[in-house]
Amino acid sequence: MSLYQLSKLLFVLNRDDAAKAQFRTDPEALVNQYGLTTEERTALLGHDIGLLYVLGVNGQILMHFAALCGIAWQDYLQQMRDGVVRHGPVRAGIYAMTTGADEKVAGL
Amino acid sequence: MSLVFTGVCSHGPGITARRDLATPEQRDTFYAAMGTMRAALREARPDAVMIVAAEHFANFFMDKMPPFAVGMGESYPGPIEDPDWLAIPRRETRGAPDLGRRLITEMLETVDVTYCEEWQFDHGIIVPLHLLDPDNELTVIPANINCQGPPLTPLHRAWAFGEAIRRAADAVPERIALIATGGLSHWPATPDSGKINFAWDTDFMERWLVNDRNRLLAYTNAETYRDGGQGGFEIRTYIAAAAAARGQGTLHCLLPIPVYATSGIVATMEIA
Repeated sequence: MSLYQLSKLLFVLNRDDAAKAQFRTDPEALVNQYGLTTEERTALLGHDIGLLYVLGVNGQILMHFAALCGIAWQDYLQQMRDGVVRHGPVRAGIYAMTTGADEKVAGL
Repeated sequence: MSLVFTGVCSHGPGITARRDLATPEQRDTFYAAMGTMRAALREARPDAVMIVAAEHFANFFMDKMPPFAVGMGESYPGPIEDPDWLAIPRRETRGAPDLGRRLITEMLETVDVTYCEEWQFDHGIIVPLHLLDPDNELTVIPANINCQGPPLTPLHRAWAFGEAIRRAADAVPERIALIATGGLSHWPATPDSGKINFAWDTDFMERWLVNDRNRLLAYTNAETYRDGGQGGFEIRTYIAAAAAARGQGTLHCLLPIPVYATSGIVATMEIA
């Protein structure tokens, strides 16, 4: 578990145009610069929002990564719910899900 | 001269990005209250507005997270988010380097402030600023309390930060206004987005409006997380405002607006 490294990479991706470009052209090279577990690496390269959420990434970083991946807001919310169903509760951090997997609080 | 105005309001990208997805009544009630505060702020004729925010990794990250930060830059760009997504055009907001430096110098006597000559505004500052100053006329001094990455700034230190703001504002010849911004209970950027514990919000605002220091500082982080979500940690900004103003508050809006992912909150406090 290297949640900080994973979070740092997403933080950099949110703000650095060069990192964004590299994420498009050679994502593995970018990801290799950070000390990630195999699971974290797979989640990131696979744009797996659900697993990234369960791994404990702070939503304030994750939502921007979802936007970078072209994932619409309501799909972002649903992919997090699906991630919890598939992988179990959020494992770290302060962004746990407290509603039911079928619950759409604001209708989204 | 002194602190001449204190107000608090909620922020959130949904307030502008999803403005018209709220019911017309919700939208108009909140926007009218922000209009009321905008007029009151203008009437106070501030030389600078300090905005105490709870930012979301626009400038500060867990690599080095300051408990408190205050800006003394020439100007500040923002929003850091996509302007089309946020529905707020990018702007350069005028800063106050000399005044900021003098305020920070005084504040450092009692609180350990990280000073910043660079600062990018995220929705936490730019949403309220856009509504309070749409024509980009105000001079702004940004401030931040770590409400985002634990270990969080303790509530009693947020109070001390507010006291330091007041002492510093009273020590300079300029007229200083203070806006503190945060959601109360909310679960932003999670599947729970839109959940609001309105009873908890109402109870917090009751404590804030009468400026009950003991009850404002009585929350544990575990209680806040349970009842107000990770967004509830932003009560720190309101607590700082109450410590700075020292007076009684007036509520202009307190209304749950799920599609904004927070209650619509607007309140002002007399300077006592």
